[in-house]
Amino acid sequence: MTDMLTPVLTRRWQSPRSWSIDTYEQLEGYQALRTALTAHPDQLIQLVKDSGLRGRGGAGFPTGMKWGFIPQGPDGPGAKPKYLVINADEGEPGTCKDIPTMMADPHSLIEGCIITSFAIRANFCAIYIRGEALHPIRRVRHAVDEAYAKGYLGKDILGSGFDLDIVVHAGAGAYICGEETALLDSLEGRRGQPRLKPPFPATSGLYASPTVVNNVETIASVPAIVQGGSEWFRSMGTEKSPGPKIYSVSGHVERPGQYEAPLGITLRQLLELAGGMKGGIPLKFWTPGGSSTPLFTAEHLDVPLDFEGAAAAGSMLGTTAVQVFNETVSVPWAVMKWTEFYKHESCGKCTPCREGTYWLVQILERMVAGEGTPSDVETMLDICDNILGRSFCALGDGATSPITSAIKYFRQEFLDLCAAQPVAAPEPAGAMA
Amino acid sequence: MTLAQDASTDTDPVPEGHVRLTIDGRVIDAPKGELLIRTCERLGIIVPRFCDHPLLDPAGACRQCLVEVEMGGRPMPKPQASCTMTVADGMVVKTQHTSPVAEKAQAGVMELLLINHPLDCPICDKGGECPLQNQAMTSGRTDSRFTETKRTFPKPLPISSQVLLDRERCVLCQRCTRFSEEIAGDPFIELLERGAEQQVGVADDKPFQSYFSGNTIQICPVGALTSAAYRFRSRPFDLRSTPGVGEHDSGGGAIRVDTRRGTVLRRLAGNDPEVNEEWIDDRTRFAFRYLSSAGRITRPMVRGADGVLAETSWTDALAVAAQGLAAAKEGGIGVLAGGRLTVEDAYAYAKFARVAAGTNDVDFRARPHSAEELDFLAGHVVGQGPEVLSYTRLEAAPAVLCVALEPEEEAPLVFLRLHKAVRKHGQQVFHLGQWTTPAVERTSRGTGAASPAAKDNLIPAVPGAEAAVLAALPSHVVDALRGGGLGGGGVVLVGERAAEVPGLYSAVSALAARTGAVVGWVPRRAGDRGALEAGAVPTLLPGGRPVGDARARAEVEALWQLPSGSLPSLPGRGTAEILTAAADGELAALVVGGVDPYDLADPAAAITALREVGFLVSLEMHTSAVTELADVVLPVAPDAHRAGSYVNWEGRRRPFEPALDASGVLPDCRVLDTLAVEMDVDLFTQTPAAAAGELERLGARTGAAPAAPAVPAGEPRRPASPGQAVLATWRQLVDHASLSVDEPALAGTARPALVRVNAATAERLGLTEGAPATVRTARGMITLPVALTDLPDGVVWLPGNSGDSRVRALLGAGHGDLVEVTA
Repeated sequence: MTDMLTPVLTRRWQSPRSWSIDTYEQLEGYQALRTALTAHPDQLIQLVKDSGLRGRGGAGFPTGMKWGFIPQGPDGPGAKPKYLVINADEGEPGTCKDIPTMMADPHSLIEGCIITSFAIRANFCAIYIRGEALHPIRRVRHAVDEAYAKGYLGKDILGSGFDLDIVVHAGAGAYICGEETALLDSLEGRRGQPRLKPPFPATSGLYASPTVVNNVETIASVPAIVQGGSEWFRSMGTEKSPGPKIYSVSGHVERPGQYEAPLGITLRQLLELAGGMKGGIPLKFWTPGGSSTPLFTAEHLDVPLDFEGAAAAGSMLGTTAVQVFNETVSVPWAVMKWTEFYKHESCGKCTPCREGTYWLVQILERMVAGEGTPSDVETMLDICDNILGRSFCALGDGATSPITSAIKYFRQEFLDLCAAQPVAAPEPAGAMA
Repeated sequence: MTLAQDASTDTDPVPEGHVRLTIDGRVIDAPKGELLIRTCERLGIIVPRFCDHPLLDPAGACRQCLVEVEMGGRPMPKPQASCTMTVADGMVVKTQHTSPVAEKAQAGVMELLLINHPLDCPICDKGGECPLQNQAMTSGRTDSRFTETKRTFPKPLPISSQVLLDRERCVLCQRCTRFSEEIAGDPFIELLERGAEQQVGVADDKPFQSYFSGNTIQICPVGALTSAAYRFRSRPFDLRSTPGVGEHDSGGGAIRVDTRRGTVLRRLAGNDPEVNEEWIDDRTRFAFRYLSSAGRITRPMVRGADGVLAETSWTDALAVAAQGLAAAKEGGIGVLAGGRLTVEDAYAYAKFARVAAGTNDVDFRARPHSAEELDFLAGHVVGQGPEVLSYTRLEAAPAVLCVALEPEEEAPLVFLRLHKAVRKHGQQVFHLGQWTTPAVERTSRGTGAASPAAKDNLIPAVPGAEAAVLAALPSHVVDALRGGGLGGGGVVLVGERAAEVPGLYSAVSALAARTGAVVGWVPRRAGDRGALEAGAVPTLLPGGRPVGDARARAEVEALWQLPSGSLPSLPGRGTAEILTAAADGELAALVVGGVDPYDLADPAAAITALREVGFLVSLEMHTSAVTELADVVLPVAPDAHRAGSYVNWEGRRRPFEPALDASGVLPDCRVLDTLAVEMDVDLFTQTPAAAAGELERLGARTGAAPAAPAVPAGEPRRPASPGQAVLATWRQLVDHASLSVDEPALAGTARPALVRVNAATAERLGLTEGAPATVRTARGMITLPVALTDLPDGVVWLPGNSGDSRVRALLGAGHGDLVEVTA
């Protein structure tokens, strides 16, 4: 059964003091860097393109292509300094892969940062870590210090002539700063709200300079690709979604945790790895990749969890945060809790997300309190329709996913909550109130 | 901008730099880069919007302007914000008129905007002129499905003494915060909190002390920002609006004057893209209660035998004035016109002096002045119009040097253009001055959160040494002013303070000759430039004709139908010399327009002269130090009650019509005309239109411009003792100006009056930051808290007329004079 696992990113996690640079070096650490520094940066970009590595932050954008967008050359936009920014603002409900990666194996991230910076010709890299994650911040900072002490960072890295500085930046605790342009504004010391695109970060990112923003897991995969090659990487996963992926299984399972498996694994297989449903209570619903991905039910046990498979089944792969809920959980209640999160975290920039989440929470709280009416369900769906695709960034879209998917699969459960209520719609308080 | 024009057929070639797209089935060519919402406007299709503003950068925040877009035959999956999307070739756009998706998206956003809005239109100042109200009618639902609890805030929140914030009404479009950041460059207001709790706010210890804050009230698309002075005073549909021109400075900004039942209730910025775009400063917006202040003179007054001024009839007052002046003509009459006149009034003063008083002793300069200044104005400024130097040309200049000019304090519209040019085009703005003022800081290219605070655009000079510093400018500044050999080089803006520094105007002239830079003269008062053109100067007749030029005199004599040789040929005296002559008995009478003796270089001497002169006629709106001494006081009309025009610093004529009933009050030109008739002379300036017509017929001088001045650079004064310092001083925008009276809300946003020295000087003089320091001359003293600032060593700065700092009145000193400074 454990042969379903493909420990690449997680392979050092169980070693003693896995986070120390000594352990990392003993386990082939910083070997990929030595290889990479002998290559031409363009070769590295090509290698990552060939590997088919796709962004692990949720959207699945091809990583090599993103690097290739960075303008190079002595003139024009290529003459500006280039930056690498690591999105470690892991905040999506259920998502817990980057924090353990940074806790257990921070040097894989740092080595990935160095190789990536070398490839895109950046001499400055910032790791933007969620502010609440204090322990990982300390651990990554310490690891950066270790890397400086060993000559992996700073001037003339390993005699290659390549310079790189890494700054570990603690966010201030806003979900929106996981959106890459809001993250950049926050990093610049501004209010964390998403920027207008275009221009995209590849041409005008941090300090209006070409910038690559990548997720922790994406960049931590880079040393392994340099070591193993693109063919090896493609030997895992599917044609369009190659490579291993950390699935964070949480909720009502016997052994919740991080399971690194090839992309395309199914929930049925993940449940086997996790020891099955806790206490044998049957599965009711689950999210494939965090609360912003439309939820699935028991009928989706065999959906391949890769970018294409999840999308074909009407959801998204997201961050592969697999939250599993058994039959004891009320769907409207769970949706209410998620929506409270989105309302709390809406940045306020655009109307649909700011006002829509404010409204949806109140309807859901009223329904859960038994004071809803059937028309509330229709109203919620219409509000979601007015948010989805109308908001400034994807956060607004994500806020609607739990509600619309929950109503799609569990409409009756919402209606049952209204049983105590008269059928008539609530009286409007005034003509336009 | 291409005019709205449907491309007749698809086969016409698309003009260069344009793209062809289809909006609601109509084909249109649009310039590349145009925002979709503007292209729609040109077609007459109004897409509802809140955050969009044509002069602000796109934000895409409110999501009200969503439309459906098809690119390359494929519909985009989501509706797009037309305020952020630029046009593209082959684009097919469907607005709310043709797309149910766009219509529903807009209705959905509108419903969401209203769920937390108090819907208190009946008691809201904005009701009746409110984009939210209007667009709720066109795009909103007839009733709301929202039955939950609205978010509430305490309100209103005063974010300054003149701007009140109602956070419940706010739709968070960010127009106000973007204006503050992008246009004014002083972001005192910022968004705070997040989600539905997001709100506009100020820092605890920093209210919205911007000189431009009133613009945020005007561009607020809801009633969230309201004016403390206007709140609950009127409904928009009860107001009568008249276009006007700002009278407080030389910018010539277009305004809109809103009146109700004979009272001006508020003023707004007018829209003039060539001049003020859509912005004005707060003084222009809020300072108009001088119209109804207690000091307004409404009836003529004559000083009786008992020495007391008493109200009388116009007939009586004019007869007494004419009699007194006629009797004094032999002994000489001096005419002090003041700097707040319309060009028509200034022309009447100029003509009155020449024709009725028979003298060239006429001067508009109610401030320190010099002969060098007159030569400079004759050589560089008079007759020059916006075709030489305009706001547009100023914005396009690669580099600008401000000399003896504090643009934000003295010419706020000029400051806004400079700030825009720096932000949009990377213009280099240098300031020859004394310290890094807010304007210096905000016109630095280094401005921005990411840049170090140190600015490199101040060229410091000890007061009095400016001319020498200008002669030896750093080479990078000179190169920047040359403009790199490209067409349209740099610009040098010089302010009226240059008259206080011997050699400075000459140095500006030499710098212009050396670099090819265009020179602009930016006086502080609205009337200065027009008075120069109208000939209210001792050395120039109307149109810049030198009084010493017989041919020029003959031209004027012909038009004025005067006997040949009747115009005086000797150059007249300037304001200070006229007053000295009056004090010495060399002049028998003075005609004084709106002159405040405390604005002059030596107020005490001026008051002595006014007291000593045999006969004093005052034409004024308000009682002043002149009124107390005048023999005849003739009230004149404020702008709101008359027509007229100013000539702004560009040389652009800015005409305006009366906003209020013009009966019962007379403009200066009419008063002077009647007075002249009583003296048996015709001025033909009965109306501003008549005066303007005659000035127009006179036209400009035909000869070559007189030679520019060549006064050697002066030496700054050297402190004679360790306790002395050189005084630097200029006026702040919001201060004790006589036209800013009775405006407590505006006064509350004045910058604090502080005495500024650098740290080394403070230490030497024993001064402590925040503690009081006293600046003293033989005449008097001023005590203010100390602020440490980057002034040159041995220099102390005071605001000219703010708080307890009335420099001229109390110290009798000015820019460049020596003062004693003690703790």
